[in-house]
Amino acid sequence: MNGITTARPDAAPAAPSRPRRRARRSTLTRASGVGLGLAVVWFSLLVLIPLAAVVIAAAEGGWDTFVGTITDGDTAAAIRLTVVEAALVTVVNVVMGTVIAWVLVRDTFPGKRVLEVVIDLPFALPTIVAGLVLLSLYGPDSPVGVNLVNSRQGIFLALLFVTLPFVVRTVQPVLLELDADVEEAAASLGASRATTFRRIILPALAPAITAGASLAFARAISEFGSLVLIAGNQPRNTEVASLKILKYIEGDQQAAAASVAVLLLLVAVLVIVALDLISRRVAARG
Amino acid sequence: MADTIPSPIDGALTAPARRGVRSRRGPLALVLRTVVVLYLFFLVAWPVSLVVQRAFAPTGGQPGGIGPLWERLTDPAAVYAFYLTLTVSFWAVVINTIFGVGISLLLVRHRFPGRRVLSVLIDLPMSVSPVVVGLALVLTYSTSLGIFGDVLQTTGLRIINSTPGLIMATAFVSLPLVIREVIPVLEEVGEDAETAARSLGANGWQTFWRITLPMIKWAVVYGVVLSAARAIGEYGAVRIVSRGAEFNGETATLLIQNEYGAFNEAAAYAAAFVLVVLAVLALVVVTVLRPQESHRS
Repeated sequence: MNGITTARPDAAPAAPSRPRRRARRSTLTRASGVGLGLAVVWFSLLVLIPLAAVVIAAAEGGWDTFVGTITDGDTAAAIRLTVVEAALVTVVNVVMGTVIAWVLVRDTFPGKRVLEVVIDLPFALPTIVAGLVLLSLYGPDSPVGVNLVNSRQGIFLALLFVTLPFVVRTVQPVLLELDADVEEAAASLGASRATTFRRIILPALAPAITAGASLAFARAISEFGSLVLIAGNQPRNTEVASLKILKYIEGDQQAAAASVAVLLLLVAVLVIVALDLISRRVAARG
Repeated sequence: MADTIPSPIDGALTAPARRGVRSRRGPLALVLRTVVVLYLFFLVAWPVSLVVQRAFAPTGGQPGGIGPLWERLTDPAAVYAFYLTLTVSFWAVVINTIFGVGISLLLVRHRFPGRRVLSVLIDLPMSVSPVVVGLALVLTYSTSLGIFGDVLQTTGLRIINSTPGLIMATAFVSLPLVIREVIPVLEEVGEDAETAARSLGANGWQTFWRITLPMIKWAVVYGVVLSAARAIGEYGAVRIVSRGAEFNGETATLLIQNEYGAFNEAAAYAAAFVLVVLAVLALVVVTVLRPQESHRS
């Protein structure tokens, strides 16, 4: 469900809407100061301390233990599989997401509004239901005779499903605002449609595509629920990082679980920073 | 290429937006449209409709139809699971709404040291893998190995493997949803009305209830719907912090996993059907609310 609104690199919460008259200075009253204190305490208890606990648990054994854990055969294979699958899924999303956004904005045909709902479904569905949904068509009782359970194709499909809306929903608003005049001008000056696309449209969409791709990649790396039923969890074959973490937790190896978790956290932080930079660059360009 | 129709460009220049778009139609557009429709059909539409169909069809040797579906859903274990899911979601949404509106007001209406860091950190929870969320809470609040384990042990308060843990996990994963909706609206409406109210003698509380809240009302509702949908469907984080056994911390999503794992597919599809309906319902509400939001500006 996260992304229906995730997809707005231009709406970073930090953008100050008012001229900063007294930047740096605090404008808190006593009541709002207390409110801020409470909010920060709750946020720390819920988010910051627990996430710090993961980092501490990973660091407790020292650098060598950490490296040892994540380069251990099964774990390294799981991390590699996760990264490769996520990268592949991101590539497909960049192409298909842009095409879908294009069709939704520039094409008109009956039933287009249905597509809009269909695109949001993967976000709205609980991840475990997403897994079940895919199993019903691509599982053991498949009406088309395709069984992707316990296979890398199954993982790929599940990741494709849950990341579907990211690129579409980031590219769509930008495409809507894109001025048709520029394209017409390019065409009237003799540019072919391919050239117009490459030189005019693609550069304008690039930040949005990048933002959508980062979100999709981050989601794919950390995906868990939709893979539980479909991936099969075979070490060195179909075991992804998040399921490896689960295995470690269930085996009471919290430190090892934390080590892999720190890697996933790192990706999450990198993506957030990247998105923040992209949105600020776009905002700066106006 | 496709611009073989006479003067598409002239037409586009006189009425840029609409005619320009129309002139783009051609074989390529048709190909793209077909590709998109097929892609979405095979990836999303067909599988989802199959789940709905299976909820009503005879599965695994059990009869189909509305009656049996209802029976599966009113099974005590299922009732317990849905009740737990609703309880947990309710509290998580309440917490996120109060926290979300409060922190949005602070971030938009005030300047203080660390404000930028806070506004970036606020987005973090949604990007963290659900398993990592669960692990993080366990490493902090489990009585045996958590940072606060000793404190909790002495007070006798159980968080992990109990409802408070479920609420925290759910609140964690849906934390930014209200904030993301409220902040842009607060920025857009500006401070003028609030300043006016205050200059007429309203205190902070009155200004909030009479002026600020009515202005951000729809954004809050929107955020609440998104949070509720996310909370009801949460699985990964909940799986880690809950025992997930029947009548013992088994939420609706965990029920689906357990039933499917126990080859009781009929029960899994029945519960999944309810969650699909709730998800679609949330989507519909969200789509209905969207225009309201753009009207206001």
